[in-house]
Amino acid sequence: MGLYMKYFAIHLKSQMQYKTSFFFTTLGQFLVAFATFLSINFLFARFDSVGGFTYEEVLICFAVMVTSFSLSELVGRGFDRFPLLLGDGSFDRALVRPRNVIFQVLASKMDFSRLGRFAQALLIFIYVIPRSGIDWTFWQILTLVLMIICGALLFFGLFVIYAAISFFTLEGLEFMNVLTDGGREHGRLPFSVYGEGVLKFLTYVVPLALVQYYPLLFLLGREDSFFYAFTPVIALIFLVPCYIFFKFGMSKYKSTGS
Amino acid sequence: MSFLFLRPYKALFRIRFTNSLQYRVAALAGLATQFAWGFMYILAFGAFYRENPDAFPMTFEQTVAYIWMQQAFVALFFIWFFESSIIESVESGNVAYELVRPMDLYSRWFTTVAANRMSRALLRCVPILFVAAILPASMRLILPMDFLIIGLFFFSMTLSLGVVVAFSMLIYISAFFTINSLGTRIVVGVASDFLAGGYIPIPFFPDTLRTIVELSPFGAMQNMPLLIFSGYLQGPDLVQGMALQVFWLAALLLIGRAFMARALKRVIIQGG
Repeated sequence: MGLYMKYFAIHLKSQMQYKTSFFFTTLGQFLVAFATFLSINFLFARFDSVGGFTYEEVLICFAVMVTSFSLSELVGRGFDRFPLLLGDGSFDRALVRPRNVIFQVLASKMDFSRLGRFAQALLIFIYVIPRSGIDWTFWQILTLVLMIICGALLFFGLFVIYAAISFFTLEGLEFMNVLTDGGREHGRLPFSVYGEGVLKFLTYVVPLALVQYYPLLFLLGREDSFFYAFTPVIALIFLVPCYIFFKFGMSKYKSTGS
Repeated sequence: MSFLFLRPYKALFRIRFTNSLQYRVAALAGLATQFAWGFMYILAFGAFYRENPDAFPMTFEQTVAYIWMQQAFVALFFIWFFESSIIESVESGNVAYELVRPMDLYSRWFTTVAANRMSRALLRCVPILFVAAILPASMRLILPMDFLIIGLFFFSMTLSLGVVVAFSMLIYISAFFTINSLGTRIVVGVASDFLAGGYIPIPFFPDTLRTIVELSPFGAMQNMPLLIFSGYLQGPDLVQGMALQVFWLAALLLIGRAFMARALKRVIIQGG
């Protein structure tokens, strides 16, 4: 952990060297999230609710997903650019070092400009939390925190799968961003809105709904069972196959030689 | 004979075109991506539609057509896809080689960008359109049965590709003035794609904003061909919209050329 903090500080310092550039990239990230926010606003200017959820309830959903995603990207960017590490041989270097490989990939890149998205989500939380009509007791706060943290870990697991696939293909598969970027973008609405099929897929296959839809029901007081509050924790089971798949890919890894 | 001067551009176009056609697996993966995104967008709009059909500014079939056509031709329409090789050539100084060639740099870049966008779109559009046309009725792409509309659609799509490329040229040229343009590219890219109707169609915008955007160059981008194809835009509005497309294409070309001339006047190539 100490070593990780050192890497953290180095990455932070190096990115702060180019302040204007950093500022604009962060602003860009902020705007990406803001464009989605605006489109939600434009839609709710015409409609009062969608699939039984009001504007405020949808905003909570959106802010949770954006926060999770930005946290996961801030830490997990190393996996996002993993095909590059394979391509230029940096991964071979990581393999011969006496440290955990996953740790080294994590430490290889941290992208602080992703905090632009985080800032957007934070502003929405500040706006929506007092207006949501939710009775904030200890359990509601815990549920919200679990949604964010487990969501971030789940996105991280998807980045790991993306990286593991590139062991076999050597380049990134654009398709994975349906689950990562897509999970974030489409996660602005509760997944039940998309219908039974999508909800089932996101419950049992890629459990994004477990950190979004089900705990949201508890948060809004529509489900009283504490089971709903803890579904985000169940979603973490998904990390096991992610890890196994990555290990499997690594065992099949042949260096490109460059 | 008088078109002889176009020959090098034709050759350049062909080279770029065949070059991008090489990445077929990437195209296939991209295809699945576009398909899944289109699917999710339609499901979301469907949920809003069921909420209150009267509040929908377009018919549902028109919205579905808009989304599928947008996904099929995503590579033509989105400012977001920048040609990183051009930016790199400016940042690394390799652009000097291009400047000594007996070819106008503006036209050269324009051709490269347009060719890359077209080849990418060509690879993706056919399978997406095919699958979208045989889906269950609620999300099927309904093709207009009117040849006039299809003809106008293609004409308008060509114009909008011109406007998109001419607009993005301004950003490429600005690379001569800024050291690191990544931030600018993200900011301009997101803002213009939003205003062009890339997130939600322009008819869903609030009225005032909608009127302004429709007159701006952003309204002359994907908005026009997509609304023509879906059958939303007809009559005088259609004629006015296409006239604006021609106007913005001409204006952006002129501005871009003047901007390029100014940029090149300042360029100092160091030896070595």
